[in-house]
Amino acid sequence: MRKPLTSLLPPAAAGAAFLAVWQGVHQSLSEDTRFLLPSPGAVGQAMLDHQATLVRATLNTAEGALAGFGLAVVVSTVISVLLALSPWVRRAFYPYLMALQMTPLPVLAPICVIWVGAGLKSVALLTFVISFFPLVVNTTQGLVSTDRNLVELFQLYGARPWQKLLLLRAPAALPYFFTGLRIAATIAPIGAVVADMNAGSSAGDGGGLGFQAVIFASQARYAALFATAATTCLLGFALNALVLLVAWLCLRHWHDSYERSDR
Amino acid sequence: MSAVNLVDFQDVAKSYGDGPPVLTGVNLAARPGDLVALIGPSGCGKSTLLRLVAGLNPVTSGRLTIDGRSAGEAVGELAFVFQEATLLPWLTVAQNVEVPLRLRGTSAGEREAARQRVLELVRLADRADAYPRQLSGGQKMRVSLARALVVSPRILLLDEPFGALDEMTREHLNEELLGIREATGWTAFFVTHSVAEAVFLSNRVVVMAANPGRVHAEINIPLAYPRTAETRVSREYVELVTQVSRVLRSVEDAAGPFAP
Repeated sequence: MRKPLTSLLPPAAAGAAFLAVWQGVHQSLSEDTRFLLPSPGAVGQAMLDHQATLVRATLNTAEGALAGFGLAVVVSTVISVLLALSPWVRRAFYPYLMALQMTPLPVLAPICVIWVGAGLKSVALLTFVISFFPLVVNTTQGLVSTDRNLVELFQLYGARPWQKLLLLRAPAALPYFFTGLRIAATIAPIGAVVADMNAGSSAGDGGGLGFQAVIFASQARYAALFATAATTCLLGFALNALVLLVAWLCLRHWHDSYERSDR
Repeated sequence: MSAVNLVDFQDVAKSYGDGPPVLTGVNLAARPGDLVALIGPSGCGKSTLLRLVAGLNPVTSGRLTIDGRSAGEAVGELAFVFQEATLLPWLTVAQNVEVPLRLRGTSAGEREAARQRVLELVRLADRADAYPRQLSGGQKMRVSLARALVVSPRILLLDEPFGALDEMTREHLNEELLGIREATGWTAFFVTHSVAEAVFLSNRVVVMAANPGRVHAEINIPLAYPRTAETRVSREYVELVTQVSRVLRSVEDAAGPFAP
């Protein structure tokens, strides 16, 4: 995890280049159309000007995203264990899990609002739906991909089913689980924001980032709208960083992807 | 005869599903203390034979007994070393070695004592806290061997365990294996593709033929134990290697030039 400062240079340089291009494109636009792409400075200023609003909206979205994401982790783990029991169970239930993933959030949103009302519960439920599928697919794949020799070794020494699951299949599936977790961590904030746009509520403490984006767009406050988008990105980065940290703690000693290399 | 045989194959055949027989008419016995090397062309059923002894697959017909019992009943008496080290990468060397005892519910104190004993046998006591990825190929195989020995097996089944290692490491491990056998005294079946390894390790080489897999010849290896690097340059050893090679060549020639 400890990296030399030089390893931060490539992303920092790419970020600086991106901002320079952004600024260049902004300046190349005519005065009449420049509002379509506010300058990086204007977006930064909007973030400061709307700091209180954005922090509150971010906390609301984060609450919904984390609740849905956490629920998806727990439920997908249980479902994955059941799906890993036999190919028959997987064949029976996979199509229905896929159907859940293929239904667009804006279609599911009104259903959620009918069921649990607009606001945090709906946002959490929709985030759960979007996070669930990559988690269950990857974790199940990991649970059924255990090295055959290791399975036979456990069989040879008379392992009970729970020993095979907890001491062999579950740890062997961890890299797959974390792959699913990273995908889910990337799409969970997106799902939460889209859910917030479709099933969020201004009641209570004022809605999340999606709700705020709708308000800024309707008020033609484009710099603030871009600031909201940037804040959403930061939320996604934060959730990804959290997942990367947990993955590093669990896998750093043994998984090849964490092997130290000078290359 | 069968009363003194620890492992006894009597006219054993094995098929998978409706497929052709993998093994047929196998009559083979191992007495306590035997180290039987199994050699033959690919697909002759050497590994299948080990899996039958381990109880991982049932025999299709015939009778296989281990100390008078069926293979499945004697599973507590044996250990298996696979072609690859098959270590659990998330566990340290010490934890890997303890896995069979943990699965059998052995107490922590007994596990630790057994683990120390076998790690010293394979000369890896100083790497107890290392993870598999920090070990060389030879060290990984020694951990795999230690994991097999930790249950104090009466029968050790080794499925070409040193096949992926370089020649020097393989020779060292062969000598270490015989040294450990002197100290522990198990009976073993050792699958290999190397005639030199088969002759160096065993007191009997079983040459197998393919399509279907069967025992072609049994050759006694009357070299005295302990065997050392000196054994490899002795006239008797070289003659035995030549003899086994000829028998193996005759099996391969009979199978035709495009046999697997």
